[in-house]
Amino acid sequence: MKAVDGVRAGDIRALARLITMVENQAPEAGEALRLLHSYTGKAHTIGITGAPGVGKSTLVDQLAREFRHRSKTVGIIAVDPSSPFTKGAILGDRVRMQDLCQDRGVFIRSMASRGAWGGLAETTADVITALDAFGKDIILVETVGAGQDEVEVAKTAQTILVATIPGTGDDIQAMKAGILEIAHIYVVNKADKEGADLVAAELEHYVSPIVEDGWQVPVVKTVAIENRGIAALAESIENHRLYLETTGKMAGTMEEKARHQVLAIAQRELMGKLLKIGANNGQMDS
Amino acid sequence: MTGERRIRILIAKPGLDGHDRGAKVVARALRDAGMEVIYTGIRQTPEMIVEAALQEDVNAIGLSILSGAHMDLFPKIMAGLKEKGMDDVVVFAGGIFPADDLSALKEMGIQAVFRPGTTTQEIIDSIKANLS
Repeated sequence: MKAVDGVRAGDIRALARLITMVENQAPEAGEALRLLHSYTGKAHTIGITGAPGVGKSTLVDQLAREFRHRSKTVGIIAVDPSSPFTKGAILGDRVRMQDLCQDRGVFIRSMASRGAWGGLAETTADVITALDAFGKDIILVETVGAGQDEVEVAKTAQTILVATIPGTGDDIQAMKAGILEIAHIYVVNKADKEGADLVAAELEHYVSPIVEDGWQVPVVKTVAIENRGIAALAESIENHRLYLETTGKMAGTMEEKARHQVLAIAQRELMGKLLKIGANNGQMDS
Repeated sequence: MTGERRIRILIAKPGLDGHDRGAKVVARALRDAGMEVIYTGIRQTPEMIVEAALQEDVNAIGLSILSGAHMDLFPKIMAGLKEKGMDDVVVFAGGIFPADDLSALKEMGIQAVFRPGTTTQEIIDSIKANLS
């Protein structure tokens, strides 16, 4: 398949077009993903989630630079919400990633959520597959500004960062279930603001009981815009990867992702068929 | 549900002028017309714009410029797109352009030029017509 050959050959245009095909759920997309799948499994996928305005895009920007310093190639998927009314979207995450655009070792793709629940687009996992097969070492997945229940990223990425900022003490209470539970690393961004230590302490307090099979969820303070704390954050991410590998959990995360991906594809196919039948019978409008 | 296509558009501001109100108004209008708009922000070099368009695989690019540097910057963008094999991407421009430059802009491949007084609906209609 030509599209897949192009991706394997490192052709950026081919990769970009294949992602469009996948995103549009074009008929050839399934076959392309099937072929690409055998080349995957080498990338470390890192999800970054948190409420709007906590600095996810800036964290992604700085982490990408940090990993580039460490000689890793980086793929970025930045998801922003689609309008439920017009289906249009403003995808503005590149604004915070200006300089990365010049670096051939970084590929950035903006995705609209296209009506999906959970903080990602329906096909985000498939785009990760494409970037992995392309040969990216690190894949950073930025969710839409997420509140409490947008935990789709947990089934899609291997290391999950949940970012927060000072002044949200009550929010942490509210976050206790849901989004807080999916974190492998907490990030307290904008840590130069008053109350950062308090937020970090509160997180540590809630987190400390959550030691999952030997992984103690760390709390890392950053000022992303000034590149402070980013090296330490990258170190924590690296530690989590080592933890996944040494405990044999990495394979598990990949199986879980593949399972989730197959189920999602099946769900889409079934839903498509159902809507078609409904439309043909005149029982449903859309 | 499957096989659905969306118009993806890059809105970019090449050069050094920092007045992005116009670009943002257009981005918003295109969003409300159901398009997916990738907004890159101000002070973009031609290389950055071409690279973003390549990675995002957009159908169209809108260039907003008020500085008067369009005759210097636009040819570089068009050449970059051609070099990457992206001749099929529709490029349009908005901002301040002397009437004398319009034919040259057309010649270099800019599909439409929107000067002050253009309504957002005209821009939407033009993009849809160019992409159909």
